[in-house]
Amino acid sequence: MQIIDLESIGLREMNKTLHAQAETTNQTAWEIVNPKGAHAIACGLDAPIEVTVKGSTGYYCAGMNQQATVNIHGSAGPGTAENMMSGKVVIEGDASQYAGATGHGGLLVIKGNASSRCGISMKGINIVVQGNIGHMSAFMAQSGNLVVCGDAGDALGDSCYEARLFVRGEVKSLGADCEKKEMRPEHIEILKDLLEQAGIDAAPEEFTRYGSARNLYNFDVDNAAAY
Amino acid sequence: MCGIVGLFLKDPSLEPKLGEMLTSMLITMTDRGPDSAGIAIYSGETKGRTKMTIQSDDPEGSFGGLDAALEKVVGGTVKMRVKSTHAILEIPAGTTAKTRAALAEMASGIRVMSRGDSLEIYKEVGLPKDVAAQFDLSKMSGSHGIGHTRMATESAVTTMGAHPFNTGDDQCLVHNGSLSNHNSLRRKLRREGIHIETENDTEVGAAYLTWQMQNGMSLGQALESSLDDLDGFFTFVVGTKDGFGVVRDPIACKPAVMAETDQYVAFGSEYRALVDLPGIENARVWEPEPATVYFWSHNDTPTTHEKAA
Repeated sequence: MQIIDLESIGLREMNKTLHAQAETTNQTAWEIVNPKGAHAIACGLDAPIEVTVKGSTGYYCAGMNQQATVNIHGSAGPGTAENMMSGKVVIEGDASQYAGATGHGGLLVIKGNASSRCGISMKGINIVVQGNIGHMSAFMAQSGNLVVCGDAGDALGDSCYEARLFVRGEVKSLGADCEKKEMRPEHIEILKDLLEQAGIDAAPEEFTRYGSARNLYNFDVDNAAAY
Repeated sequence: MCGIVGLFLKDPSLEPKLGEMLTSMLITMTDRGPDSAGIAIYSGETKGRTKMTIQSDDPEGSFGGLDAALEKVVGGTVKMRVKSTHAILEIPAGTTAKTRAALAEMASGIRVMSRGDSLEIYKEVGLPKDVAAQFDLSKMSGSHGIGHTRMATESAVTTMGAHPFNTGDDQCLVHNGSLSNHNSLRRKLRREGIHIETENDTEVGAAYLTWQMQNGMSLGQALESSLDDLDGFFTFVVGTKDGFGVVRDPIACKPAVMAETDQYVAFGSEYRALVDLPGIENARVWEPEPATVYFWSHNDTPTTHEKAA
């Protein structure tokens, strides 16, 4: 286990050290201590390493991740795992706004609650939230899965495209062009697999699926008021 | 961007350290707002006396003999404590209007920063660490306080444009965001007789709350009605003589994080601002909900009201 004290070596040096790890590195386990809410921790990783952050993080932790697994033992600030391409990010606490925004791939697991705009503009990422999510989540989501074991806030899935949204609890309101959908066997399978990967014990049958009604896919002047 | 911090102490044993804790929180927020900084602190009162914080770019010229000159006008003892470009006047209760008028008449370049029984406001242009050092903020004690680091968007970078804003006795407000209907609201409030000094949007937010409270609303009710009447983005942290409140607009895109322990309630634009507080590891940390008013008071039990968006 390699231990990096962020307070003593600084952000730039820490990220440089992690970026220097090749795909074939033997140093696969890293621990970052004293994060103290700093921004851009473990950003832009591109190696199959496992980084554990011991404490809460600021903006954009694990942004643009490829291949790596990042565990945050605390709460995460805005934009965590933003634009993730692959790999896995696990937040043991709560996540602030924009968690997993614009993600193309990989898995983001939030063990606590996520704030507003979780999975905004998601493009293939899978997000599993054990608690609740805030308003405007999955806004303009294009593909991927958002799984919420708790409740969702206002305007879920506003203007979303092909993303699948699964919510076990209440949805305060649905956004424009988002509707309740049928849970077919293939959706139960997807959900079962994601919950398993996230290590969360929940019955897929208890979830409701939401997705795009596809009325706003192409501009139609009759829908102008809904855009 | 702008950075906001706030600290409301429940445990009086921390009061001597309030200035030190708030200063450290303020300096951490420098990269959210490096152009000016300010702090409002509630630090004790004397019965029958009111405080007025004043500012001058030429403190030596403006403050020399000012106490004696004011005594003649207000007809009672006036004490003055000079701190760099600011001075705290302690005047007989009920003479703030008279004092303000006298200061304006003297044409001495003095600006009023705050008035109230226990409130003092210190704010200047410059980096937060320099502003904090200028006023020795870390040595101050008090029961609660709020602070702000500014990145100007809606008005000039001047002392008067810095936060916090005080628009009513012992009331102050700091803001992260921008109000889009502040011009029309300013005209309306001025017509209603509310004193507004600057072209800054935040001062309008503060004045709006003062106006509502003058009309009989509690601070909680005034904050709730601000959700209907203020347009734009805002996270507000407000202080009153014995209380501390937080509200975010319904879109809530401006960041906010809160922490509560048995000893204090703290607010920061980012978690970073809170990391040095005692016992933060075990604090309840959460993000305030949009369109929800949070308020703590030394007199009442905490209240939370959700406003339908």
